[in-house]
Parts: sequence; structure tokens; C-alpha cells
Amino acid sequence: MTRTIAEINEKIRKGQAVVVTAEEVIDLVEKEGVEKAAQRVDVVTTGTFGPMCSSGAYFNLGHSKPRIKIGGGRAYLNDVPAYTGIAAVDIFLGATALPDDDPRNRIHPGAFNYGGGHVIEELVAGKDVRLAVSAYGTDCYPRKRMETWTNIKDMNEAVLFNIRNAYQNYNVAVNLSDKTLYTYMGVLKPNLGSANYSSAGQLSPLLNDPYYRTIGIGTRIFLGGGIGYVAWHGTQHNPNVPRSDKGVPTRGAGTLTVIGDLKQMKPQWLVGASMVGYGCTLTVGIGIPIPILSEEILRYTAVRDEEIFAPIVDYAEAYPQRSPEILGEASYGELKSGRIIVQEKEVLTASLSSYPKAVEIANTLKEWIVRGDFLLTEPVASLPGVEAGITFKPLKERPIEE
Amino acid sequence: MAISRRVVLHFPPRLVDQPIIYQLVKEHNLVLNILKASVTPNEEGLLILELSGAQKDYDQGIRYLQEVGVRIQSLGQNIVRNETRCTHCGACIAICPTGALALDPKTRLVNFLEDRCTACEICVLACPPRAMEVHF
Ligand code: SF4
Ligand code: SF4
Repeated sequence: MTRTIAEINEKIRKGQAVVVTAEEVIDLVEKEGVEKAAQRVDVVTTGTFGPMCSSGAYFNLGHSKPRIKIGGGRAYLNDVPAYTGIAAVDIFLGATALPDDDPRNRIHPGAFNYGGGHVIEELVAGKDVRLAVSAYGTDCYPRKRMETWTNIKDMNEAVLFNIRNAYQNYNVAVNLSDKTLYTYMGVLKPNLGSANYSSAGQLSPLLNDPYYRTIGIGTRIFLGGGIGYVAWHGTQHNPNVPRSDKGVPTRGAGTLTVIGDLKQMKPQWLVGASMVGYGCTLTVGIGIPIPILSEEILRYTAVRDEEIFAPIVDYAEAYPQRSPEILGEASYGELKSGRIIVQEKEVLTASLSSYPKAVEIANTLKEWIVRGDFLLTEPVASLPGVEAGITFKPLKERPIEE
Repeated sequence: MAISRRVVLHFPPRLVDQPIIYQLVKEHNLVLNILKASVTPNEEGLLILELSGAQKDYDQGIRYLQEVGVRIQSLGQNIVRNETRCTHCGACIAICPTGALALDPKTRLVNFLEDRCTACEICVLACPPRAMEVHF
């Protein structure tokens, strides 16, 4: 059985495409077998909704009268600093940016109530945001100061541009020390008091296409409640990790860079988040359609939580000290049961990524496709695969001699 | 007038083995629902109760507890979950000491069981989208 994306799109246009979610496909394959299921199903939709720190947005704010050169100056949106080292009225706001006067961890653990991710959520919600700018003034851009309300609808462009999202698998974080840890993986109770994980598992996009056979540069996706595209592989993309017999990575592996028009996204799918004692971030909703071009591709999408394993890592010692040591592996089936065994102790699990929301995303994308509102795209280039021989480099420090 | 209040009772070590709660129920006509209890030897005992009964009985019961030396903290505030902000991620499940935030294994939604919540506030900062709110 083989199928092309053009054929699938033809069926979508006619309203005849058969679309199931990456959760539904599991039962289908169980009942009908791979061969029959592959004949029937055209598209499998995936979804994930979790905190993704390497997210941000760039904006073109429009030119004031008289003009001001924000580029090279300072710009704040609701007191959160944006990056200005680009042209006059373009700025980039990162999800983890914090107001200059945030108490951070001065009193540990800091609350991190408001940051870049929250500004993005408010902009998407259509709220007015305070823009404060200081610049050095030039002949052609004379103004030095500006404070004004702004709104996403008044900007020329507002584009979500996330340089690392949708991690293909991730660590399970535990705490072997005797004090509570406040991490980007959430609050970790002492003495193996909790195990936090963050992946939609069997619904997660790259876990359903483990060798990047269909997801590539130019793939159209559900992004933040609107439409986006895969722009590149994400930072730290590292296909060369241990994999199960079925090819599923058992460590953090592939990642995606995604882009899309922020103006058509929804605040429900871009939620500002605060990690106590760590910082601010943005919870991003992503859904990716997988065209069933062959039986092999369908077989990958039928992966279930029990077959996907994640490494258990101590965030008291091993993670901060970059020691490669792991305490074992747990399947998402076990993690989702609420308890795993680590060092012979039963440990309660908690998830940072929302499974019910991932299901909702996969279902929304399915509806879009079934209704004929969302056509699939042919990737213009593949993501680097195992054969690319990427190695994940640590930072080697070299002393700077005076 | 019948009332229902949640209180946190701190028992100094010398009171831990006294039948205080028995007295509270018997002498003061109060109905109690134990939300949390932890007693460790040589340490303070902690009991979180929901006390219901007539206002008069409640006041007398509280006075009795104070007289025997139990320190009382009232849970005047309430923890409310902002349902539009909750993403049902589950980051709060393992840290909630009373099991008031619990995963429904079928729907995978996180249920907030208000009657088990002791308003300890641990979840307030630990919830990434800050869906758990303190209301007074
Ligand atoms: S941590 Fe917050 S958002 Fe997540 S399930 Fe608990 S209350 Fe809801
Ligand atoms: S305040 Fe939060 S953590 Fe504490 S008991 Fe209530 S729900 Fe659980």
C-alpha cells in the first residue's frame, strides 16, 4: 500500500479523507491489523501541550511620528524586555524574559509571576499592552523616548517563532536530595517524593514519526490554535540516541523550529506559565498531521504509551552537574498510572504537559482536515535523521588569557 | 444556627495522647470530618478538621480546645480553581498533601476535590498557569 500527499489532499477536498488521532489509531490497528488500517486511514493527527521555553515572537511595531530607532535601544512590553538588536521597529520577545525589577530568586523560591510568555498570551487575547522604548536618536530617527499602548491588531506583523518545540521524548525528573527542588520540571519533592515528566507520549508528534519520514521543513501544523509551519529542525535536535526495537527514542531526541502568524492564534493554546523558583515560560499547543503514505508509517503511529520509555534523572545532582547517569527508565504507561518504582521506592508521578489538551488538539486538527479546511503539505526538505551523524555538543570552556 | 468550619489544630507533644477529640465530640455536640491527621512521636500533632454544629456549640468547642492548650488556626481562606486557566496538566498532583488534586484515570482530567482541600496553599505557586487561587 502506498499513497501520496497529493492523493490525500484530493480526498480532503472531496470530504472523503479518513482521519484518526494517534490515540484512536492504536485501537484500530489492534482490531484490524496494520495492513487493513493502512488501507483505510489517510491521516493520523498528533498533539502536545506543554511548557516550551525556546518560544517567542517577533513583531513589527510600525513607525511612530516622528520616528524612533528602537533597534539598538531598549524596548519593554508590559515591563518585560524585548530584544532590539535588529531593524528600527522590529523586536523579538522571548518566553522566558523577565521584568528588570522581578525579585527573581532573591527570596527563594521566586514566584516568577509574569514574563515574556504571559505578554504573548495577553497579546494573543487581544489585550492592550504597554510599549516603552528608549533610543539614542539619529538624524533620520530623532526620537529618544516613547511610551504608548499597543495592540496586536495594530502591529504590521506578529509572528510566533519557536526555535525548539515538541521535544521527541524527555527526562523524568526526580529528587534524591533531602530538600525540595524548584526546577523547570516543576516542584520536586525531596527523597524521591515525586517524579515529573513532560510528554504527551503516544500522542506526541515526533514520537509518532520517530525517523522524521513525513514531518519535515514546510510541514503545515496546528500551532497555538492557528496554523503554523515547521521551519527547521529545532535547536539541540539529536536523532542519535538509544532507540527501542521499533525505533522510538528512549532519550530526548528530535526537536522542531516552528513558525506561524500569531494574529490568528488563540490564548487558550498559548498560555503563560510560571515555574516557581525557576522562571517564566510559555505553554504551547502543537498538533501535526501524519500522512499515511505506507504501512510502515502507520505502524509508527500506532505506538502506545507502554512502548515509549523515558530516562529517570536526578535533578539534585546528575542534571545540574551534567552527569550522564540515569536511575532507570519508565514507560509513559507506567508514568500515567500515577506511580513508578525508582530505587525500589514507589514514587508519585506528575505531568507538566497536559494529556487531555493534547487529545483536544489532535481532535481539533482532525476536524479541520475532515471539514476540508486544512490541507497537508509536502515537506520541502527533510529534517536531519540518524544518518546525519549529529552529535550533541556540550560547552567546552577554554580559559581566556589576558 | 448550624455552621461548618475548617480548622487546623496543632497539638503540643504533651497533648498528643490525650482524648481531646473524643471530648470535643461528646461534650460539645460537634460533627467532625477529619481532613488530615499526622502525629509523630516527640513532635507536634497536626489535625485538620471540618467541624459542623450549632454556632454556640462550635464556640464552646473552640474555647475548650484553647483551654487545654491546642493551638488553632482557622482556614478562613478558600482555595478556588480557576477553571478557564487550568490545563489539566497534573503538575499539582504529587505535591498536594491531601489528595485534593487527583487524576481521573479514565478522562485523564485533574479533579479538584474541594472537600479534601485544607487550603495549605502548596499548589498555588506550583501550578504553572496559576490556576489555583486564594480567595478570602
Ligand atoms: S497544576 Fe494547575 S493547571 Fe495543572 S492540573 Fe493542577 S491546577 Fe490544573
Ligand atoms: S491548597 Fe492545594 S495543595 Fe493544599 S490541600 Fe488544597 S489543593 Fe492540595
